[in-house]
Amino acid sequence: MKIMQVPISWRFLRVWRRNLTVYRRIWHINFLPPILEPLFYLLAFGVGLSALIGPVKYMDQQISYLAFIAPALLGVNAMYNAFFENTYASFVRMYYQKTFDAMMATPLSLHEVITGEIFWGATKSFIATALMLAVVSAFGLVQYPHGFLILFLAFLGGLAFGSLGMFFTGILPSIDMFNLPIFLFITPMFLFSGTFFPLENLPLWAQQAAMAFPLTHLVHLSRSLCLGILSWDLLWSVAYLVLFTMVFFPLALYAMCRRLIH
Amino acid sequence: MSPSLQHIVSAKGLTKSFGTFTAVDHISFRLMKGECLGFLGPNGAGKTSTIRMMYGFSPMTGGTLEVFGLNMATDWRAIRYGIGVCQQENNPDPDLSVLQNLEVFATYFDIPRKAARSKALDLLQFMALDHRKHDPISSLSGGMLRRLILARSLINDPDLLILDEPTTGLDPQSRHQLWERMDALRSRGISIFLTTHYMDEAARLCDRLIIMDHGKILVQGRPDRLIREYAGKDVVEVFNAPGELMELVRTHPLMHDVVGNRLIIYGQERENIFELIGQKFCLERCIQRMATLEDVFLRLTGRELRE
Ligand SMILES: Nc1ncnc2c1ncn2[C@@H]1O[C@H](COP(=O)(O)OP(=O)(O)OP(=O)(O)O)[C@@H](O)[C@H]1O
Ligand SMILES: [Mg+2]
Repeated sequence: MKIMQVPISWRFLRVWRRNLTVYRRIWHINFLPPILEPLFYLLAFGVGLSALIGPVKYMDQQISYLAFIAPALLGVNAMYNAFFENTYASFVRMYYQKTFDAMMATPLSLHEVITGEIFWGATKSFIATALMLAVVSAFGLVQYPHGFLILFLAFLGGLAFGSLGMFFTGILPSIDMFNLPIFLFITPMFLFSGTFFPLENLPLWAQQAAMAFPLTHLVHLSRSLCLGILSWDLLWSVAYLVLFTMVFFPLALYAMCRRLIH
Repeated sequence: MSPSLQHIVSAKGLTKSFGTFTAVDHISFRLMKGECLGFLGPNGAGKTSTIRMMYGFSPMTGGTLEVFGLNMATDWRAIRYGIGVCQQENNPDPDLSVLQNLEVFATYFDIPRKAARSKALDLLQFMALDHRKHDPISSLSGGMLRRLILARSLINDPDLLILDEPTTGLDPQSRHQLWERMDALRSRGISIFLTTHYMDEAARLCDRLIIMDHGKILVQGRPDRLIREYAGKDVVEVFNAPGELMELVRTHPLMHDVVGNRLIIYGQERENIFELIGQKFCLERCIQRMATLEDVFLRLTGRELRE
């Protein structure tokens, strides 16, 4: 493995840039889901469910169910965008299109290719969150200026979930197998990260288990920012997302090198 | 110029193993500046494995490899700036247009945007693809695709071009067109490393050939010399050869092979005995022809199917 010593440089931006070029070719299609999806959710949950549910207690505040759920949708959106980009989309580029193989005949290292992919995944989270944030803000559900921090949060969350996705891309033999991590990790996170109901409604052991989910922290941060609550405690959640990224980013690099370099 | 600079590629004891299987087994060779060196060998001989080490994709299991006088193990990045690679499998970027394929690839070599555009347009013209520059990749034929990949491998003005079966799957027109382009490149002084399964292509393009099998080099030399040495000059193929002829080639002795019901006799120079065979035995099912590289290849690597 001598060939791959110290192989990460700013060149990863070239790979990021390639993905941006592709994204811009069909930007109008890429822009629609993050705008329409929250509208559907807000309509279904906000208008439909809110009437049944009434206000929710969150951090000693009474807030509407809509205000409770909208920040969670932002977090989920950030998770999905990066995770799906670095699983299905990256897998297609790696396996079917052989895009990485072609890049490996240029001065790019595989580490740079993968880093570029993960940063691109985070960028997609960022863009999607920005669009969705604009929609949610139009409903008056976001406090500013705190709300702007959600954009950085989306990028950080994107790095975390993108690294996780890339790790699975490195180890799963076929594209159908992504069902497995989605079924085992992504769906439970989607449901049990304090997204649709407060964590306190869960039994204690489940609450503790949920603290291991990166989405729990992403949603907690997003919700606090939307409600305009800033406290030092939030740094623990930021630290957890950073730590999660610092574990899965190298793991993703390692898995991809093992997979592609023979 | 120092001798090491005149060797564009210098491989010593180059080895590649996958687990216990050795795909490339201690091969040593050199590629001189301006030369076209061809690698021939049956499927699985280790050609692509060698190439993948030559552009720093596969880590070497053993040996040393220098390209442009730089050590591949440490200076792979600097080396890659100077080489163009046409991989065995076509891998265009299907998410981008024809022109964008070249422009985006140019950015991987730090080529500024403007220079990349003009270089890309030049190359598309050179490869007769300029009329398709805004088309999607999916609309290209196999030959166009191969030309695009070749154009892409030239985007950084490489000193060394590595081509893994550049013309496989192309029609004769496209092959000849590609050969002409390669002639043009060579007249500009580019060095070429090439693999192919087409013996006529190897004989036509390469100054020197290496025939390998099972990861080892069998022979190397100029195409005409290899033919002369391993297949002679003229060949007679006789079907269902009579015992008398079999006896003759054995006792004389003449270089020959028996393949099924076919007797293939290789004649070195215009020998009398050869004329005699032609007159006496070459009656019904019989072919008289010149010796070719294909004879050399088959004689050296055997006639059994691989894999
Ligand atoms: N990643 C790998 N893992 C295990 N074995 C491999 C790997 N890559 C190649 N091989 C084996 O190494 C041998 C040489 O393969 P290589 O691709 O170099 O052959 P080749 O000469 O290019 O053949 P072809 O003419 O079919 O392209 C083959 O037996 C192949 O199965
Ligand atoms: Mg090959």
